Amino acid sequence: MSETSPPPAASPADSEVERPLRRLARMYAESRVALFGLALLLVIVLAALLAPWLAPQNPYDLMQLDMLDGRLPPGSASGDGRLTYLLGTDEQGRDMLSAILYGLRISVGVGVVATLMALAIGMALGLAAGYFGGRFDAVLMRIADIQLSFPSILVAMILLALFGQGIDKIVIALVAAQWAYYARTTRSAALVEGRKEYIEAARLLGLSTPRILFRHLLPNCLPPLIVVAALQVAAAIALEATLSFLGLGLPVTEPSLGLLIANGFQYLYSGRYWISVFPGVALLLLILAINLVADQLRDVLNPRLQSQ
Amino acid sequence: MNAQREPTLVVGRLTTRFAGLGGAVTAVDEVSFNVAPGEVLGLVGESGSGKSMTGFSILGLVDPPGEITGGSIRLKGRELRGLPAREWRALRGDRIAMIFQDPMMTLNPVLRIDTQMIETVRAHRRVSRDAAREMARDALARVGIPSPDERLRAYPHQLSGGMRQRVAIAIALLNAPDLIIADEPTTALDVTIQAQILFEMQTLCRESGTALIWITHDLAVVAGLADRVCVMYAGRIVEQGSTAQVLETPAHPYTRGLLDSTPAANVQPDKAGRPQPLRQIPGMAPSLKELPAGCAFRPRCTRASTLCEQTPPEVELARGHVARCFHPLSAAEGLKS
Amino acid sequence: MPLFILRRILQSFNVLFVMSLLVFAGVYAIGNPLDLLVDPNATADDTARAAASLGLDQPLWVQYGRFLGNALQGDLGNSFIHGVPALGLIVERLPATLELAVVAMLIAVLLGIPLGLWAGLKPDSWSGRAIMAGSILGFSLPTFWVGLMLIMVFAVQLGWLPASGRGPTVDVLGVSISLLTADGWRHLLLPAANLALFKLSLIIRLTRSGTREALLQDYVKFARAKGLSNARVVGVHVLKNILIPIVTVVGLEFGSLIAFSVVTESIFAWPGMGKLLLDSITQLDRPVVVAYLLLVVTLYVVINLAVDLLYAALDPRVRLAGARA
Repeated sequence: MSETSPPPAASPADSEVERPLRRLARMYAESRVALFGLALLLVIVLAALLAPWLAPQNPYDLMQLDMLDGRLPPGSASGDGRLTYLLGTDEQGRDMLSAILYGLRISVGVGVVATLMALAIGMALGLAAGYFGGRFDAVLMRIADIQLSFPSILVAMILLALFGQGIDKIVIALVAAQWAYYARTTRSAALVEGRKEYIEAARLLGLSTPRILFRHLLPNCLPPLIVVAALQVAAAIALEATLSFLGLGLPVTEPSLGLLIANGFQYLYSGRYWISVFPGVALLLLILAINLVADQLRDVLNPRLQSQ
Repeated sequence: MNAQREPTLVVGRLTTRFAGLGGAVTAVDEVSFNVAPGEVLGLVGESGSGKSMTGFSILGLVDPPGEITGGSIRLKGRELRGLPAREWRALRGDRIAMIFQDPMMTLNPVLRIDTQMIETVRAHRRVSRDAAREMARDALARVGIPSPDERLRAYPHQLSGGMRQRVAIAIALLNAPDLIIADEPTTALDVTIQAQILFEMQTLCRESGTALIWITHDLAVVAGLADRVCVMYAGRIVEQGSTAQVLETPAHPYTRGLLDSTPAANVQPDKAGRPQPLRQIPGMAPSLKELPAGCAFRPRCTRASTLCEQTPPEVELARGHVARCFHPLSAAEGLKS
Repeated sequence: MPLFILRRILQSFNVLFVMSLLVFAGVYAIGNPLDLLVDPNATADDTARAAASLGLDQPLWVQYGRFLGNALQGDLGNSFIHGVPALGLIVERLPATLELAVVAMLIAVLLGIPLGLWAGLKPDSWSGRAIMAGSILGFSLPTFWVGLMLIMVFAVQLGWLPASGRGPTVDVLGVSISLLTADGWRHLLLPAANLALFKLSLIIRLTRSGTREALLQDYVKFARAKGLSNARVVGVHVLKNILIPIVTVVGLEFGSLIAFSVVTESIFAWPGMGKLLLDSITQLDRPVVVAYLLLVVTLYVVINLAVDLLYAALDPRVRLAGARA
């Protein structure tokens, strides 16, 4: 889009033509809420990446846990006085803050990996369907239609019922539940772009099909895909958390936020809220931040709004 | 026109402004005109000249951030400006009716014609559903719709564009209003249907003594329909007078330009028998956000001088013929060159 | 019109057939229930006998043929765990789930449409903004997390409502319903609100954007120019137009409510189909999983069909186009 469209009308103040990326950054920065979302997202992702260095303890090294410190409310000091449990401990004396940081790592990792895989698969299929059309297109879109008419949680649950648990299994389930969104989006973008003159020109120039597809068509289909992917990362993380909460997702050895919340569920009734509430708050902030960023991206990348 | 009859509508120095982020925009700027019973007033201008907003202002349908900020609107001697919302609503569709440009869009697609007509009657008078339906049937028959009973049961999309516009006109006529504001109601229609509807509207209003404001960008329509004409530019009326005065001896350079760029008003062939080439007004209609001071037409006007940086006065050239210009064309200059 | 209906019904059967194939292939072809059902120390002979009694020794297509034939007669096999017909088990739980889903949808519609209308009519007011912010939050909050919060606040902290289980039920025409007693409602309220939240956000958004779009339309201006009261312009002219997409979405989303009730039922220990499904998945009780899937798929297909027909009934443009075809 950026290469082919004429440069945006410069405001009288700056006659210099802005580079597309800079313009997008400027448009993004126009919303304070969106900037806040971006900052929040960066903090969370950094915290997740740096969990082993940030966390006061390794929550899954049993040597570091003290059963006597079990179910302490937030702010309690540990039995040996060496650290303060800012967010309390669970029944095994595990520091909740550390558990949340490690859990974020897993949640973000699973969400991002699953989204990237679904994006790659859906994009390739959608691009091919949109460019070649015909029977392949018809069959693929029919499958996508049927699948999209069922909620992704149902699709994922069925697959997990078949495959069993495991981090690889849940990634497969998430990919299977989401590929169709990308295939649909790419296809419709490819259909629109494919009709434009520059693709026709590329064909007349005798460029190879892969070159047309990936160098010419794909870059122009990217803006809507980026928006869908941003929204779907949040959906994937929420879905993984839900499945793990239900005991269908990740095994106990890889405790994502959903599993932490499930573990704390039983303590809710006795008023020990922190075991499940804090992981929940972390999950919530993560999803909210992604959604705020995605919402603004949608506005910024919307071609209808771009000329303004 | 009948100067001795009391006018139905007297608009005086009406001003409508829109508060916006980049400062207020004056969409209607000190507009004044009268319409007498049975008289047709043509309100002519390009899109964005404020002619539609003038119509909405008279109806009290200016949506925020727009607001009528000055002037007066008198309907049969009664001041409308500052009227409580309830009373203004009671006038709309009853004493003042409006017809919109696109008949495809003005009728609600999911309601039957009878629903949309009956509700118009019953919003203003306590009559039974059956009586209201009877009135609706009569109104449809009056605007020349065949088998009105059947049409009443139809949905809008089952009717053609011309038919739908007739329905809209019938709705406007339902409560026998004193004033009808028609906002380019024939622009979206075929030329033959346009001519029929123009003729019927003229006849209906003459017979019933309804005053009619016909908003249009098309001088040819005005020539055949209106008794008097107001030409609007950038929110102001730049010239008004009888149709003959304005079209035959235009005094404002803008009106002259408008006439020159209208194919239908320019049909006289030259000596060689070829049609005269169309002339266009140089430049573009200004954005209301950045109007030049003084006369808004100044940047496009060949007669402009430094004087035009002041707000031009209203100059009466003949009885009832007024132009807002420092350098009006004389009657001789205004004649077609 | 009848042709249109017939075509839609045929399409629905098609989808059902494909889904039965997929479900069967998925559930019967992958994984081995014998591992779970037969004592690990059993001899090969015992294992083979067990497999034969369950029909697992036959080729896949024979298994599918038998499965399909039986399915058409309403027999989806016996639960491996409970030893009773799987479909019976599911159908027994159906009323509880439907009750939950229907009440949740009612909450979403009855609150969502007025809130969305308000937010659409006054998008810049603080109340309009607050409604929208709430709806964005409702989209971001995972259902299970909201359920936990509801329990924490209303059941644990305030003690107003019970946190789990279904209240007393009354049998009406053989269907157990908990809506007829006050205690039944008390039990239903939290899970239904939990399930409703996501759809509520959705309906608010839809109604709001529909309203804003409708308000710009000429027919609304024309309706106002006719002197109609605001109530009639909004309540008839605007509402009737935005109702069409809303009805479609409500219909289509009803199926997803049933799917999502798995989460809510598990949190609130609501004895519906979703809870049963979860238990069956963890216990590898395939016939029950299959019965659930086929029942839900059938529900989906029926709902989609009903929505299409309802849509045609609501929108005169579709209805008459169908009549002419």
